[in-house]
Amino acid sequence: MESVKHINKRAVASMGILALLIVLSFFISLNMGYIRIAPIDVIKVFIGAGTEENQLVLFDFRLPRMVIALLIGAGLAVSGAILQGVAQNGLADPGILGINAGAGLAVVLFIFFVQGTSSGLGMLSIFVMPLAALAGGMLAASLIYALAWKKGVTPVRLILVGIGINAAFGAALIIFQLKMNPRDFMQATIWLSGSIWATNWKFVVAMLPWIIILIPYTFYKARYLNVLSLGDHTAVGLGAAVEKERRILLLTAVALAGSCVAMGGGIAFLGLVAPHLARRIVGPKHEMLLPSTALMGALLLLVSDTIARNILSPSEIPVGLVVSALGAPYFIYLLIKTN
Amino acid sequence: MIKKASEMQQENSTTEEQKQERVASRPLVATLILFAGVAALFFGLGASISLGAANIDFKTVWEGIFQFNPDLTSHQIIQELRLPRALAASLVGACLAVSGAIMQGMTRNPLASPSIMGITAGSAFMVAIAFAYFPGTSHVGLMIWSFAGAGIAACIVFAIGILSKGGLTPVKLALAGTAVGALLSSFSSAIAIHYDVAQDISFWYAGGVAGVKWVSIQLLLPIAAFGLIMAFTIARSITVLSLGDDVAKGLGQRTAHVKVLGIIVVLLLTGAAVSVAGTVGFIGLVIPHITRFLVGMDYRWIIPCSSILGALILVLADLGARMINPPFETPVGAITAMIGVPFFLYLARRERRGL
Repeated sequence: MESVKHINKRAVASMGILALLIVLSFFISLNMGYIRIAPIDVIKVFIGAGTEENQLVLFDFRLPRMVIALLIGAGLAVSGAILQGVAQNGLADPGILGINAGAGLAVVLFIFFVQGTSSGLGMLSIFVMPLAALAGGMLAASLIYALAWKKGVTPVRLILVGIGINAAFGAALIIFQLKMNPRDFMQATIWLSGSIWATNWKFVVAMLPWIIILIPYTFYKARYLNVLSLGDHTAVGLGAAVEKERRILLLTAVALAGSCVAMGGGIAFLGLVAPHLARRIVGPKHEMLLPSTALMGALLLLVSDTIARNILSPSEIPVGLVVSALGAPYFIYLLIKTN
Repeated sequence: MIKKASEMQQENSTTEEQKQERVASRPLVATLILFAGVAALFFGLGASISLGAANIDFKTVWEGIFQFNPDLTSHQIIQELRLPRALAASLVGACLAVSGAIMQGMTRNPLASPSIMGITAGSAFMVAIAFAYFPGTSHVGLMIWSFAGAGIAACIVFAIGILSKGGLTPVKLALAGTAVGALLSSFSSAIAIHYDVAQDISFWYAGGVAGVKWVSIQLLLPIAAFGLIMAFTIARSITVLSLGDDVAKGLGQRTAHVKVLGIIVVLLLTGAAVSVAGTVGFIGLVIPHITRFLVGMDYRWIIPCSSILGALILVLADLGARMINPPFETPVGAITAMIGVPFFLYLARRERRGL
């Protein structure tokens, strides 16, 4: 008992530190950008005494983007944690359910067929593209679930069918991508690498309900994840309605990742790495793991997006690339250091 | 107790029934696959040489190979274009399938494939550098860059495995491979986007064996042959290792040696294949599953059979890449997926535990 208490204390402390880091990076990120705004001016804007230009930059461009980054980071990370628990496989991430491949194909098809034909769609496509991505991701995920269904879904079959469908979507994607003109190709590549282009409060409003409903719901389901990750036999033995819980959890993971991919493109690696990092800090119990995974994901994506905005300013690099470049070395360090 | 411990260790869910299934092997089916596969492969090679923008009948194909007459155009097409291409396809297919089989045997993870070792990403990284900073590098030059990249990535992954506290566990290796792969591919994407060479690189990688010349074969053949022979020699040890680290150690195997050898084989085979044909996905992942389903769990059969099946599938896929939409080439990776996905899904659904 003593040790359990100790771990929990440690977990809560780590989450506190993560939250502090998020607040800290939030304020640093507010200052940084193409137009640098000194901390004192940021405070001035918040109390309503800033210049109009600063107010515009902060409220209309920087803040919505940062909020979106936090939401996407938390969503992808929790989705990855759910999938690793449900699939009982440490290599699982939202990509395994076909969400990235499905959304990617939908976006590539959209750029290829719709955007290529008329340039007047500019404004419309900003709002249609996330919907296309969401639809594609959902379609791929339901296809995988349907094909893996055979009087229930086992984790192994789910992973295998996921591999197959991902390969099929990937193949279709490369066929269309290679037929694109260079400008569209570049746009598709940047989207597929993961890039937060939704710098608008409307997107925040569209995204918020998914995250603030689904993530707490996942916390509520944490003990089922604990049981499911022990394996089907044990889970049945412990009296869990395995199939039902698995379906609910998978659906939650798909909805989370789908909404994130719609806003942020194919950000790879975050859903894989954030749960692993969190697990190293707070251990495998999902009651602690899920909240710290959410914090870890939000922190990682906020920092990555700040770097992506600034490192080659005034041009941006896709945030997904920064996530990998930041997350991978730390992940490797953890791999080397821990048993 | 040992059984329990080993079960706890592995990440994928292997049940008791699966354990018993593992032991079974089907030598008869395997022998049949070897013979029928070799026959089909020869037929496929013949078809691949004979069919194309200009169809050449089998008699001319035979003459073109064995009684080469440099004055005939058809003989020149056979010798300079079709033959190297067909041979490269079969070699690359065999290499990818075998390295995938070894990866899956060693890591005991159905998700493991050559690309998970970071090898493909390493190769893409160096090719991106070549495209961005040394434009105009020749095809053979790109091959060498690519192979170097594959080697560097594999060395990094391997070093991480060795340096880490718990030693070289399969799970760790797979995770390290994924991490290094993600890191390197983020660099190569950044380079590709910044220098606006993304599409060139994609074309190179999707190109398959289309532009293969004899000089590429000369580079590929010794590496591939060496790697395949090594793979056949360690097949028995891979079978033991695929029962799990604890079991393998209990049976007296020096698991570290086998793993080092296995990784070297995977590096040689995948590096050679990627540098010649770019990223032909799916073969390294799926052919081993299909082979395991057909011949059972013994890698002494899985490795030779998957080399034949891999070669056969890629030769046919390459033929399809030329024939579907002539004169344009369809990316060969898309064809392998189109052939492989339905069959793979069928197996995944049908078999409860064979995969």
